[in-house]
Amino acid sequence: MVTLSKLSFTFVRCPSFIRNYAAIHNQGRDLACTKNKTSEWEGVVGLEVHAQINSVSKLFSGASTFFGSNVNGNVSLFDAAAPGTLPVLNKKAVELGLVTALALTCNINPVSFFDRKHYFYSDLPAGYQITQQRCPLAVGGSIEFPVWAPSKNKFYSRKSKLKQIQLEQDSGKSLHDDYLNRSLIDLNRAGIPLMELVFEPDLSDGEEAAALVKELCLILTRIQTCTCRMEEGALRVDANISIRRKGEPHGTRTEVKNLGSIRAVANAVDFEIGRQVNKLSNGGSVENETRGWDATSSQTVPMRDKEVKMDYRFMSEPNLPPLRVSMSRQPHNLLIDVASLKNSLPELPNTTRDRLMNEYGLSQIFTNNLVNEEILLALFTKLINSKEGRDPKISAQILTIELMTLVNKKVTSLDYFRWDRDTIGEVVDLLQDNRINLATAQTVMAEIANANMDTPNEIVTKLGLAQISDTEFIENLCRQVVESNPFLVKQYSNGKNKMFNALLGLIARQSGNRVNMKLAAQIMKNVLSKNAAK
Amino acid sequence: MSQNQVLTSSLKRARLIARLNAFISLAEPNMAIPTNDGRLSGTTVAVKDNFCTTDFKTTCASKMLSDYKPGYDATVVRKLKDEGAVILGKTNLDEFAMGSGTVDSLYGPTKNVWGSTLPYRIGGKSRKKKPSWRISGGSSGGSAVAVASGCCRIGLGSDTGGSTRNPASYCGVVGFKPTYSSVSRHGLIPLVNSMDVPGIISRTVEDAALTFNVLCGLDVYDSTTVNVSPAKLSENLNLSSLKVGIPREYHCKGLSPEVLAIWKSTALLLQEAGARVSQVSMPHTSASIACYSVLNQCEVASNMARFDGLRYGHRSKQGKSTEELYALSRSEGFGLVVRGRILAGNFFLLLRNYDRYYGKAMKVRRLICEDFKKVWQDYDVLLTPTTLSDAPTLEEFSRLDNREQCVMNDYCTQPANMSGCPAVSIPIALSKNELPLSLQLMSRNYDESTLLSVARWIEKQVSFPQLELLQDENTSVDKL
Repeated sequence: MVTLSKLSFTFVRCPSFIRNYAAIHNQGRDLACTKNKTSEWEGVVGLEVHAQINSVSKLFSGASTFFGSNVNGNVSLFDAAAPGTLPVLNKKAVELGLVTALALTCNINPVSFFDRKHYFYSDLPAGYQITQQRCPLAVGGSIEFPVWAPSKNKFYSRKSKLKQIQLEQDSGKSLHDDYLNRSLIDLNRAGIPLMELVFEPDLSDGEEAAALVKELCLILTRIQTCTCRMEEGALRVDANISIRRKGEPHGTRTEVKNLGSIRAVANAVDFEIGRQVNKLSNGGSVENETRGWDATSSQTVPMRDKEVKMDYRFMSEPNLPPLRVSMSRQPHNLLIDVASLKNSLPELPNTTRDRLMNEYGLSQIFTNNLVNEEILLALFTKLINSKEGRDPKISAQILTIELMTLVNKKVTSLDYFRWDRDTIGEVVDLLQDNRINLATAQTVMAEIANANMDTPNEIVTKLGLAQISDTEFIENLCRQVVESNPFLVKQYSNGKNKMFNALLGLIARQSGNRVNMKLAAQIMKNVLSKNAAK
Repeated sequence: MSQNQVLTSSLKRARLIARLNAFISLAEPNMAIPTNDGRLSGTTVAVKDNFCTTDFKTTCASKMLSDYKPGYDATVVRKLKDEGAVILGKTNLDEFAMGSGTVDSLYGPTKNVWGSTLPYRIGGKSRKKKPSWRISGGSSGGSAVAVASGCCRIGLGSDTGGSTRNPASYCGVVGFKPTYSSVSRHGLIPLVNSMDVPGIISRTVEDAALTFNVLCGLDVYDSTTVNVSPAKLSENLNLSSLKVGIPREYHCKGLSPEVLAIWKSTALLLQEAGARVSQVSMPHTSASIACYSVLNQCEVASNMARFDGLRYGHRSKQGKSTEELYALSRSEGFGLVVRGRILAGNFFLLLRNYDRYYGKAMKVRRLICEDFKKVWQDYDVLLTPTTLSDAPTLEEFSRLDNREQCVMNDYCTQPANMSGCPAVSIPIALSKNELPLSLQLMSRNYDESTLLSVARWIEKQVSFPQLELLQDENTSVDKL
């Protein structure tokens, strides 16, 4: 099972989810155009996602789908379109396609068909792609996902309808060697099963588009139907983009092809909306064209002149009988049983979020951060289940903020063996029992990250980090601070309440962050009121 | 005889008929043959050169594949070998099986052994007519001539619109097209995937049944195949329970009086033996040819798209861009007939034409299938002509273009491919030209047993005079 940590979701890993998310958001906006111009327009965005199905063999042949094989090492006679070879449908790939359709609440077609889509390209060996044009595996369905709204400092929920899911073959890859003026072809990818997911144009900007893709990746990795390793091309996104004045029908759309990362989706969509707004605002027009995303210059560029209009000369694939699946409750021994696939579906991310919020009272941000990182979610569940009374919020904070801060600073990684239930559980308990404070918890975790092999309790003891809750000691400390800072005290008594925190800060510093700050705050109040009474 | 002795005799005979141009490649005389006591042990088989073979190049009689070594055996070839058969060689055909004469081949036409300049006797009697250059029929003409001239016991053909039955009819041998989906197409370089069936050519119906039983059945490499029960020839066929339909639409324009006569006499033969013979109507028969022509060209356009010269096949020496390389390789590699069908097929499949041609043809195909379904409710077999006449001379045949040839020659055979039902052509009598005249039987899908049992009954009744090659004017060649 692949973990999300291997994906290029860099912004999910930041210590402050909000800050970094906002940064990316703003970057997108900068690439677009000025805000007042965008405000009269709104974007209309629909995504088409090609997801490689996570099967060990190809859609119509027994060749391996392993990503790291030698060039042309995963090629059967069928994959090279050797004359006389015929397609044989991969049952596992169909099952995984169906599981995906079920997870996205699609209507599964009890009978679907395969078609040939013709075009000449050197990495398409048969001269046609076998796809499902007329009657796909599943239609309808939808995906609901959280989107971060920086202006409101919270998430909102968005829904995009799904038009259809179809099974089809991936193409091979061509490498153009301009120097020797030749093309090299690798057919390892040719015939890998793809699910094409066509979403309705229900989105309005790059942030929503990115959030949809992120949620889709969460779902597909959760149900294990696609690795979603975008850097390996396991999931590719095309975006259809147009703009409209609010309340009006949308204008001519462009298609931005082959977006290979979530960041590219966000940036390309926002750039393209901005480009179209600029064009239309300046009296120009948008051309119906296919564009690509140039990550270096951060802009969309027209793709090399493809045929003005391709006629794919669709024809039914005569070598594959109609694909039938069993929808009834009585399993059929030859057909794939949809009902049992449905029963085997794991909990989906949206359900997990609801559960975390309702069961543990976690905030939206904690919830999303836990769900976004599979390892964290698993750890969280273990922390809560292994000890009764363990505080979910402290647990979530330690995982999603303190641990992730260290991960993002590259001090440690989530795979490090010390980050297990026992170690983190001890930190949570120390904090929950007021034996250390948050600052000390950070210190302890940094020690562990830096290969200190002691348990958190041992670290606290050995380094003398235990929290000081001795009221006499704290009172003395408070008196000292009050006496040596008459100016701050005077300001406080003149009504500047903020100065209270400054005084507490001095307490923390002077005690080496060890004083129980909750207690210190109470005592400080007493000391100050006594001081005022003098 | 040992297997190598059989091979040696077969090769000797093949050399004797070299002038007929039946073979594209022949086996090595000293090839190692593993011992095998399978059902076809000691049998040599001629395989049409559109079935992939590891031991021979597979050319489809096209410049495009003139040097192509597939690297795998078609399922039917593997099954033949598994049962001890020895592949004698690969036989001539129309380029990519597109034709009905074995005339449009890169390697030149195959001549019919009947009427040829080779010395032969007919049914033990010397021939009376002067030699004349007769076509073998097609597109499996090479395999039909190989069997008719006694080079081998069995020939493998392919049958898309009659390509096995048609040359069998002209060459006086049995030509059998099994039910679509009962024999694997894996390794058969396709013409029309939804109609192609490997076909069997033999001297006797019994050999056809035996070969069918070797070849038939589910193949994991061909998703359209199913498990079928083997064909059983009933020893004492009870004709009184047999219902024979004579479809009146098969009495078509151009049907020769001779074929009409044997059609009538054979129907009478069946009737006199107790079968219930009556006329039936299959009203969509005449639409079949036009429908077939559209579907054929659409699938051809699609199937031929893979021949781009990149991974295998002819690659042009010219060509500066990928597109140019494709265009040149394909126009150099394909003959005129193939290119014409690709062009027409792509035209039919254009979005603006789809409904008018491909869409409509699919609907007409459905109607033709319905004709058959209705008939099978009341009849066990249909008796029709196979070809409209005896084998025409090359001169007569060449007066028509490829399309007209097919329209004429496939008229009676091609509806069976539309519906998928099994059909067999058997020789009945000699024409006044001393050439074979044949009839076709069809039966319900998967009912090969009835089909071949009736065929064998007729075969026995008519005792068609066999052709016997002579080494010179008087000496008979050892019979195999």
